[in-house]
This record gives sequence, C-alpha cells and structure tokens, in this order.
Amino acid sequence: MRLIIKNGHVLDPGNIDQVADITIDDGIISSLEPVTSDLSEKKSKAVRIIDASECYVVPGLIDMHVHLRDPGQEYKESIETGIQAAAAGGFTAVCCMPNTCPVNDNRQITEYIIETAKKCGSVKVYPVASVSRGSKGDELSDYGELKDAGAVGVSDDGLPVISSQLMRRALEYANGVGISVISHCEDPSLSEGAMNEGLMATRLGLAGIPNAAESIMVMRDIALSELTGTPVHIAHVSTKESVHALRDAKSRNIAVTAETAPHYFTLTEDAVCEYDTHAKMNPPLRSNEDRAAIHKGLADGTIDVIATDHAPHSILEKEVEFDRAANGIIGLETALSLGLKLVEEKVITLESLIGKMAKNPSRIIGVPRGIAVGEPAHLTIIDPEKAFTYDVEKGFSKSRNSPFNGWEFKGRAVYTIVDGRVVFESK
Amino acid sequence: MTWNRKDILDIESLRVDEITSILDTADGLKEISQRSIKKVPTLRGKTVVLFFYEPSTRTRVSFDIAAKRLSADAISISAATSSLVKGETLVDTARNLESMNPDVIVMRHSCAGTPYLLSRKIATPIINAGDGMHAHPTQALLDMMTVREHKKDLAGLQIAIVGDIAHSRVARSNIIGFTRMGACVRLSGPPTMIPKGVEALGADVTYDFDEAISGADVIMMLRIQKERQQRFLFPSEREYANRYGLSMKRLEKAKPDALIMHPGPLNRGVEITPEVADHINSVILCQVTNGVALRMALLYLVAGGMRNAADH
Repeated sequence: MRLIIKNGHVLDPGNIDQVADITIDDGIISSLEPVTSDLSEKKSKAVRIIDASECYVVPGLIDMHVHLRDPGQEYKESIETGIQAAAAGGFTAVCCMPNTCPVNDNRQITEYIIETAKKCGSVKVYPVASVSRGSKGDELSDYGELKDAGAVGVSDDGLPVISSQLMRRALEYANGVGISVISHCEDPSLSEGAMNEGLMATRLGLAGIPNAAESIMVMRDIALSELTGTPVHIAHVSTKESVHALRDAKSRNIAVTAETAPHYFTLTEDAVCEYDTHAKMNPPLRSNEDRAAIHKGLADGTIDVIATDHAPHSILEKEVEFDRAANGIIGLETALSLGLKLVEEKVITLESLIGKMAKNPSRIIGVPRGIAVGEPAHLTIIDPEKAFTYDVEKGFSKSRNSPFNGWEFKGRAVYTIVDGRVVFESK
Repeated sequence: MTWNRKDILDIESLRVDEITSILDTADGLKEISQRSIKKVPTLRGKTVVLFFYEPSTRTRVSFDIAAKRLSADAISISAATSSLVKGETLVDTARNLESMNPDVIVMRHSCAGTPYLLSRKIATPIINAGDGMHAHPTQALLDMMTVREHKKDLAGLQIAIVGDIAHSRVARSNIIGFTRMGACVRLSGPPTMIPKGVEALGADVTYDFDEAISGADVIMMLRIQKERQQRFLFPSEREYANRYGLSMKRLEKAKPDALIMHPGPLNRGVEITPEVADHINSVILCQVTNGVALRMALLYLVAGGMRNAADH
C-alpha cells in the first residue's frame, strides 16, 4: 500500500526544510525527493495521493502529557475517544498519565492501555506509570517491569512526590532502568487554594495559590537532578520563578527538561472572572508577568516541550461551586492551533514549535520522530492558513471542559498520519 | 427610580444611584419595625426561600423577620435539612426550588461565586447573603445605612476596617461600597491577613493599627476566627488583642465621635474590649436593627413590591 504526499513544505527541524514529495510504502518512508512534475511512474502503484501544497509536513506531533481516564473514569474519556481527539489535533502519539482508577503502577494496566490503544489502530499511546506504588509516595513502583511492559516514563502526576528522599531514589533507580521521570511540582502545604494568588483571587474571594508552591519544588528537583546526575522532566511549568530556576539550571548543564501547556502561554488568571470553572486548573492560570516569562522561556529554549495536560472532566465535576470543581481542561484539539498563534505573534518560530511538539518530547521519552527514508511514516500535515471556529460540542473528546470554546483560530492539522495510515483528515 | 435588577449578587455591580435608592427605601421601611403591629401587606402572596448552605443565625433571622414584616411567606432550608446532604448537586437543588415558583431565593454559601452559578442556571431572583470570602452585599448595605444615619453623608468619611481582611467577605463588600460612595477606606491587620493586591479595590493598607484609626470617622472591627491560629495567621489571641484589639486607649486616636462597628458575632476581649463594644459611640446593635430594614428594602425591590404597588 502506497501513499504519496506531494508538494508539501517538509519541515523536520535540524534536518529538512524544503518543498518535497514523500512516498510511503507499507508505513515506511520510501522516498523523499524534491518536487518533480512527473509522478506518473509512482502513481501507477499509488492508492492515494495527498496534495500538501501550501501545507507543512512535519514529524508526527507527540503530546507527552495527557489524561485518558481509562481505566476507571470512562465517563470522562476513554482510550478510544482520547485517541480520536489526539488525531484530530494532529498528534501521532500521546503519553497518558497514571492517575487512573486504579493507578497505573503495574504491568497489567500498562499492557491494558497499550493493547486497547492498538485495537484502535490509530494514534500511539505510550503509558507513563507511577513514580510510587499507588502514587501514595511510600515506595517505588516496579520500574523495570513497567518499562518492559511498554511504559516510557514515571510520574505521580496530579500529586507531587512530597518526600525528597523518594524523589532522589526514583531519579537514581529510573536512570538505571532507562525510563524518564516526570515531576508534578507542587508543595501542597502552600497550594491550598482554588486559583492563582493575586489581585483576581482577592477580588473574587478565592483562596490563592502562590507561585512559590510550584517553584519551590522545581528548585528541589533541580537540586536532586544535580545531586544524582540524572535527568528530570518538569511538568506543566506556569510561573516565572520556575522559568528562572530552569534557565539557571540549564546554564549549569543540569539534565533538566521542562514543558508548559497552551493555557499557560495563552491565558491568565483573568479568565477565572465570573468563576468560570473551565479556567480552573492545577497549577492555576497565572499573572500576565508569568505568561510573559513562559513566552520568553519558550523562545530561548528554557522550556523544551509544549504538552496539553489534557484533563477531561464531565459537568459533574465542572458545573459545581468553584472551590469544589475539579482541576483541568481538555486540550488535544486546540493545542496546535494555540501554538500556531504563538508563531503568528512571533513569540517562537514554526521550527521551534515543531521542536517543542514533536522532536523534543520524542527525545525525552525515547520515541524517535523524524522524516527520513527508511523511517516509519508518523507525520502531521499542517495548513497554517486554515481558519476555523472551535466548537467544543463537535469535539472528539467525551468531555467539554475547554475555555477555548468559540475561539477563532487560523491554522490546524489537516492530516494526521501514523505508520503511513491517515488516522485523521480535516473535512 | 424603577428597580429592574434581577439579582443582588455583590456591591461591585451596584451603581451609586442604586445604592442610594436601596438605602432610602430602607430608611423608609425602618419605622415598620417600631410599630406595635409590625406587619404590612406589601409582599402578601410572595414566597421567599432562605437557602442557607452555611450556618448563620443573625443573617438568616434578619431575612426571616424582614420577609415576615412584609407579609411574605419565608421558608428556610439549611444544608443539614436539604437534599444536598443526599448527594444532589447544588444546581439540581436550586432547579427544584425554582420549580416551586418562589419569588426570591436568599442564599448563603461557603464557596465564593456560588450565587453567580445559580443566577446563570435559574430565573428566580437571587439575593446573596454571603458567599465564601467573596461578598456580603446586604451587610455592606446595612453598614452604609448605619453610617449614613449617624454621619448624614458618606462622601469624605475616613473608614478604618481592621482585622482579618483576607478571609472577610464583609471587608471586601464594604471596601467597594464605601469607596464607591466617596468615603476613604483604610485597612489594617497583620500582613498575614491582608490579601495580595487589595489596594486595587480602592483602599489604603497599613499594618500599624494606630495609624489606621487616627482621625477615623468610623472604625469597623472584624471578627477573628480562632481556627485561623492553626493556619499560622496569628500567634495567639493574647498577642492579637495586644496588637490589633480595639481598646479604650487605642480609641483615643480616632475622632471623638468615631462610630464603632462590628459585623458580629463579637469576640469580646480579642478584637474588641467589652468597654469599647458597649461604648456610647458603638453602633453594633444599630447595625443589627438596620439589617432588618435594609433586607426588607431589598426583598421589596427584588420581589417586585414596587411594581405591584404601581399596579394597584
């Protein structure tokens, strides 16, 4: 089975940046050539040709931070619907966090996730297992067995690893196994609040969460990474102090990487006004100053990755008192468009965006992504001019908790290709 | 003026002329409570639901009496007796109440913003009787009514609000209300109790209690909640009383005719000494009396009493 993608601007940061035709045979890129007018010879065998004129063809995007809620909370999302939402957002792979019911701290759940995803035959799902058994913070999960089962990382995401000693041992042990450690940085004694600490919280009478609730733990994890000489990846960075700490750590060659989410580079605490629970997340939306620092961190490479923290919740968790509402928003279907908006606003280049949404996450979790002959064809085709209005009701996710409903966007994924198969195409 | 605001959710959304109109209406209704037969037929046939999801004595009784003096039927629901304890969501409970066609829902809730959630979901007018640390508009209005009664005009007055500003919906609503009416508000308390960015609401902040009350026309003391000590907000009641309690000696810093106010309930000997609480300039009980008149005014305006009166 052959697929030809012709006339696309092929952009693989640090590798290719030219208009080219890509031929894919049986899921593998078989040729990559400058555009030739004569495709007749190749066409004879082709079952499908995609005209990618005016579009970018980039390495398949990877979202290294999503919650698929399966097993256990399938009323919010399932592996199948999460995958569909991912494909529609241009993602060829996602890493799902372990805070399912029960927690993914064992081979059976990791295998269940991988098998269920395989049956869908679409976007790849790479499970992230828990740092500690049951994410309880008492003892290490069986990283060796989890890695063998297919887990690419460990994290107690949703909860911080409170014990510094446990975190230290997790970093050391995981390094021996060869599995990434992803840290949710939060000091719970400082973070008892519903939104960012600041003027808006004061105005609304909501308890605030200060920036230091995050940055204290970012600084601790940097210190532990330095101590152990092992890598650590910081999840969902939201504050300027965290960005400063990361920049300093990187300048000292400490093996720390970091991600932020589209909502942190797009929105501020002002979105909470009117007590909109779709603007409630953890860490919370911060101030304008923090958003500017996130922009700067993205631009200068301090922040390596853009990941959604896709967190589906039903109206049971969101149509309630603000204090009692669950944290988190869905993001798979809006992330790329919000990233393209950053490019449009000249905060980062398109090349940098693709780095943060494909190349860098692939490096951190050890799942290769690149456009080259002989490589599996995991590709995202982006039409940077395609305008659309995001209608959450028409989304693929089971949940509707997005603050971006009704937003006008320019640019989106028009084809998502996994192993040479089109798993999504924009109508 | 014609009243056409559906809900009373906060002070923020009220214009100066609306606040004046509420206070004028309350002044006019105050006399009813001084009669031997304390009842007028104004809201006969109207139903007022007092939906209190957080314990309250003073505010609930005040609303209950206010409704009854206007001949409305008042029904009280508290968290313990409602189906909220059976796991029903707040929105469902409110929709059920709405289906019984009440004319006003008065609600108190421990979570900030809850009245907004309900006002988006149901058509029944809502009066916010206190939501979390956010707003307590009826308290602020009765405080403004009390000060206006004694000082004639709110504009230009120096108002000191002292205590746990961070956790106080009364303070938030009063800062907004008094500044909107032209008064100057100065806040004081230990830094642990002053919320970030509160100056943006229009108030000055000083950690020095004496400075805060010097030259003040009104001193409003806030209740200290003992459980806050466990949250590291202050070391002890003794230390708090020494630094931020209003004593006779401290009172000398204020104007001689400074009004002493407190939203209650009092912690005598903590934020206020017994002598100051019972001082000749204390209007703490006037506040409670005015609370009934003020709530009568709001029920009257919101439940359509004015429109009905015009119809007859």
